Amino acid sequence: MSEDKMTVPTMAELLAKGEKPEILFWVGCAGSFDQRAQKITIAFVKILNKLKIPFAVLGTEESCTGDPARRAGNEFLFQMTAKTNIEVLNAYEVQKIVTTCPHCFNTLKNEYPALGGNYDVVHHSTFLQMLINEGKLKVEGGQAFKGKRITFHDSCYLGRANNIYEAPREVLETLDAELTEMKSCKTKGLCCGAGGAQMFKEEEKGEIRVNQKRVNQALETKADIIAAACPFCMTMMTDGVKEKDKQESVKVYDLAELIADAQNL
Amino acid sequence: MTGIIQQIVFVIVLIGGITIFSLKMKKIIRNIKLGKDLDLSGNTGQRIKKMLLIAFGQKKMFKNLIPAFFHLLIYIGFIIINIEILEIILDGILGKHRIFFSDLGMNATLYSFIINTFEFLALGVIIACVAFLIRRHFLGIKRFQHSDLKRWPKLDADIILYVEIVLMGCFLFWNASDQSLQKIYASGGGTPENAAIYVETGTFYLSSLLMPLLSGMGEGSLILLERTMWWGHIVGILIFLNYIPYSKHFHIMMAFPNTYFSRLQPQGEIYNMPEITREIEMMMNPDAAQSGEEAPPPSKFGAKDVTDLNWKNLLDAYSCTECGRCTAACPANQTGKLLSPRKIMMDTRDRLEEIGNNIDKKGADFEDGKSLVSDEYITEEELRACTTCNACVEECPININPLDIIYELRRNLIMEESKAPGEWNSMFTNIENNAAPWQFSQQDRLKWKDDLNDENK
Ligand code: SF4
Ligand code: SF4
Repeated sequence: MSEDKMTVPTMAELLAKGEKPEILFWVGCAGSFDQRAQKITIAFVKILNKLKIPFAVLGTEESCTGDPARRAGNEFLFQMTAKTNIEVLNAYEVQKIVTTCPHCFNTLKNEYPALGGNYDVVHHSTFLQMLINEGKLKVEGGQAFKGKRITFHDSCYLGRANNIYEAPREVLETLDAELTEMKSCKTKGLCCGAGGAQMFKEEEKGEIRVNQKRVNQALETKADIIAAACPFCMTMMTDGVKEKDKQESVKVYDLAELIADAQNL
Repeated sequence: MTGIIQQIVFVIVLIGGITIFSLKMKKIIRNIKLGKDLDLSGNTGQRIKKMLLIAFGQKKMFKNLIPAFFHLLIYIGFIIINIEILEIILDGILGKHRIFFSDLGMNATLYSFIINTFEFLALGVIIACVAFLIRRHFLGIKRFQHSDLKRWPKLDADIILYVEIVLMGCFLFWNASDQSLQKIYASGGGTPENAAIYVETGTFYLSSLLMPLLSGMGEGSLILLERTMWWGHIVGILIFLNYIPYSKHFHIMMAFPNTYFSRLQPQGEIYNMPEITREIEMMMNPDAAQSGEEAPPPSKFGAKDVTDLNWKNLLDAYSCTECGRCTAACPANQTGKLLSPRKIMMDTRDRLEEIGNNIDKKGADFEDGKSLVSDEYITEEELRACTTCNACVEECPININPLDIIYELRRNLIMEESKAPGEWNSMFTNIENNAAPWQFSQQDRLKWKDDLNDENK
């Protein structure tokens, strides 16, 4: 792929050319700034580029969706932020949004309509699943994962919040690996500890950190790879694995990274 | 007691029992209405379906088969056996004995079939109650040994199981003594006037097994036993009726309205605060604010006390059966934090009852200076620990939503009390100034793209 330069157009650039992309890729704050999550963003862009899917990002016009503010209780800040975003999105007449962050997904999809923002919002797990089902995305390099065990960590904001349990698993099934479930999975999945704005503060005092408890469950499966579908779960699980000193033998990857990897992107 | 006196006493007891219950229900409904308005009208079909599936069909209980089976047994058993109450009430008022059989012409085969069914269900209920007592006390299940369940809640859970065993026992011994009497009269013994009452009904299998226990008793003591068990059954039921509004067992009634009014939106969605939308619109567009109809600003943002919550939150609180499934699933609780969603529900109910009692005793304007968010009830530390993961909401067998209450209480802490951990304040500032929860400039939002293209050069 190295000969083609990756393209990441912004909405503003396309508008200047009089174009409108099929989808808006909502990168999210983690995907934009967190070094680990940037890799997820890049992997997803590589897939979009490879499949020649017309997309654009908002770039410097994107703001936080307001999710952590709202969940912490700062409704005022949430609505201010949401209003700003909705104005931008509506100005570009955005119809379809894809995002790699379940928190952005939930907020854009479920909470923006009440404030005047109505879009068709898809999480990248569902998006990848659709591409696979339509035959557009073929994971031929899946060999790379032969003999590996993968366990999927459900993100609360995909799973319980929005009932998405099968899409990420179907995506993982295309890899030639062995899927295994943790003790708590799907509707009973255990949180990574980051949601509800916990990501931005120390945990309250307790016996163990939530991510440690979750990583223990993941390690019990003897998986080589913990698959995640959320940049915050990514941070929590990666930290947890490091604390257990297992970072050499157990890797945490996002779905998009696994798919991009299987395709040698 | 002679017939007519029994009838009078019966009617008084029956009306008394139902009246006391109705008065308590009136208070509870008044208490629930202390909550803020929330429009949950419409979607009737969808709501009825939900209620039938989750309350009536107990769909969510069946995530765990064995307890679900026993629970269903108690539920069905209890409800069906209580069809018998209809006969008991008619008998009591009219001074009859087994009126369906004696006066309303039900034939012996059908009548004994019905009573036999009830008896088997009664046995099922007894077995299930014993199983639950064992499970509660001896299986080391964490949620039953949890610190949420102190004194009353712990006792309450046991009392109800014992009461159900006693009620079912009354029913079986009533039938046993009745059959013993029937046998005496059938063989020509006993006082002839009583023979007309205890006519042969056909065998009730289970209770007939208890008859040997009564073999030493004469006609007089058997009649006494039969009457005692009959009265025990109906008085027991009336006591039960008046006990449940004070108990976790209130869920046997509340599960129905509660699932009916439960949320239809995705669990991830937080209810919008229109009062804030209005304020923001006024800020952004002051002209419209001047001309538009002006809604009065809300007295408070979020909830500090139960009366700031909406009525559905309060209905939830009265419905909670304190089973602790929510708490067992809660990541904060599992990792030793103070937060327990069950306690959120119990505290909400206790505080609401406290306010209700104040109104009854000291008038509607009385303020006791307490609130739901306080050291006595829910503390800030508990509220802080929630990851908003929805595990509690997902687990609750009757669709109670502890998270909704947590959100409302958090809103108040932040927007009214300005109580936030320092890190959250920085996060707020960052979102406000940089449009991201971290201290990065919005201008750098595309920097990852450079990395991408560096990599591909
Ligand atoms: S939403 Fe909050 S209270 Fe409910 S289970 Fe998750 S962390 Fe616990
Ligand atoms: S809220 Fe629901 S799950 Fe939690 S204790 Fe009450 S009834 Fe049980």
